[in-house]
Amino acid sequence: MKFPAFEYARPTSLDAALGLLKVHGADAVLLAGGQSLMPLLAFRLAAPGLLVDLKDVPGLGAIGIDAEGVRLGAFVRWCEIDRNARLAAAHPLLVEAIGHVAHYQIRNRGTVGGSLAYADPAAEMPGIAVTCDGEIIVMGGAGERRVAAADFFLGALTTCLEPGEIITGLRLPAWPKDRRWAFLEFARRRGDFALAGTALYYDLDSEGRAVDAHIGVIGAADRPMRLAEAERAINGSAVDADSIAAAAEAASLEVDPMEDFHAPVAYRRALVQTLVARALTRAAG
Amino acid sequence: MRIKFEVNGTKVELDVEPRVSLADCLRDTLRLTGTHLGCEHGVCGACTVIVDGAAVRACLMLAVQAHGEHIVTVEGLSNDDALSPLQASFRKHHALQCGFCTPGMITTAHALLTEEPDADAERVREVLSGNICRCTGYIPIIKAVLEARAHYAGEDAPP
Repeated sequence: MKFPAFEYARPTSLDAALGLLKVHGADAVLLAGGQSLMPLLAFRLAAPGLLVDLKDVPGLGAIGIDAEGVRLGAFVRWCEIDRNARLAAAHPLLVEAIGHVAHYQIRNRGTVGGSLAYADPAAEMPGIAVTCDGEIIVMGGAGERRVAAADFFLGALTTCLEPGEIITGLRLPAWPKDRRWAFLEFARRRGDFALAGTALYYDLDSEGRAVDAHIGVIGAADRPMRLAEAERAINGSAVDADSIAAAAEAASLEVDPMEDFHAPVAYRRALVQTLVARALTRAAG
Repeated sequence: MRIKFEVNGTKVELDVEPRVSLADCLRDTLRLTGTHLGCEHGVCGACTVIVDGAAVRACLMLAVQAHGEHIVTVEGLSNDDALSPLQASFRKHHALQCGFCTPGMITTAHALLTEEPDADAERVREVLSGNICRCTGYIPIIKAVLEARAHYAGEDAPP
């Protein structure tokens, strides 16, 4: 369908953008890459009075890598993550996961901030933010606040963003060089939203046992989530066939999949079990 | 809103409602009807155009977002004298049947080969997975794109 009617503004500073949000309230919607918003408009699931295009707001497009970790500006596009050679070393799990986002043309437009704000339960960027202890940087009328990704996503397509706030970036903590990790997802066609997926990592202590395991899943609940029971099954153990099987089984019981026309709940639980087992096997290999 | 951009090397300036997609602006206002609209919500890839060198879906972009940009449509990838390498290769391999998806296939393949003239078969398949052909003629399309690669590697690569 054609888009509903709206006004369009392209502010040239963050302050001007915040000012527009203040004046227009919930009637204003931010536009970054538009790869989630435009379909919503086309389906008439959203009908904002004003689109505030962030394209000309300076300072949102930077990728920063330092001892603290990785900082992705909200306007960083997927194709820029692909092309950044340093990111692959600084955060291999991020780069691998983002490689699964949508299709070529969408990857040329879609942005980090847009994906976080849209909060699709099966999307890769929110999944990585939650799995990797990410922090979402938000600017509002009262200044900047940082929200742990684990607290940011409240449900399907729902975040803790207040009216008048703008995501400016995402911080991911530094990535030790020897960390073991894997990302796997399953979709029926390449580029589709995954039926389920997992991002996971752990470090090894001097005895070869897993420590600080982070096992996250997407498409397996109303938001991306970490699986405490599955992590417990791995932490302190050698990552071998027994601990992998235990963690994968724990994962399948711990998730809370939604029933929809793509797959029943039992299928998604089984898929999570398979993906977590395969991902841990890959990480250990 | 008054906007200016360049399309296929020609500067254009026009008034457009904010809600008009780039695809509708190209087709209805500029009469560049080579850009096809299939799904109008970013799934089929038929409307792919090239914005500042990057293949994008013209149904998921507003015309007002194109202000100041350089756009290339499928019309900009052909000339009246001879077939372009992609056109010749599509013809040789029978890489189209009904032809509805073809403009999106051509623009996507052109953007890909311009950036990655050494793209292998797997990469070509991955990129073209964003373009749906309902005649399901994918194999000849992939063959055609792979054969056209040689023309993008040399100095006489198409612009």
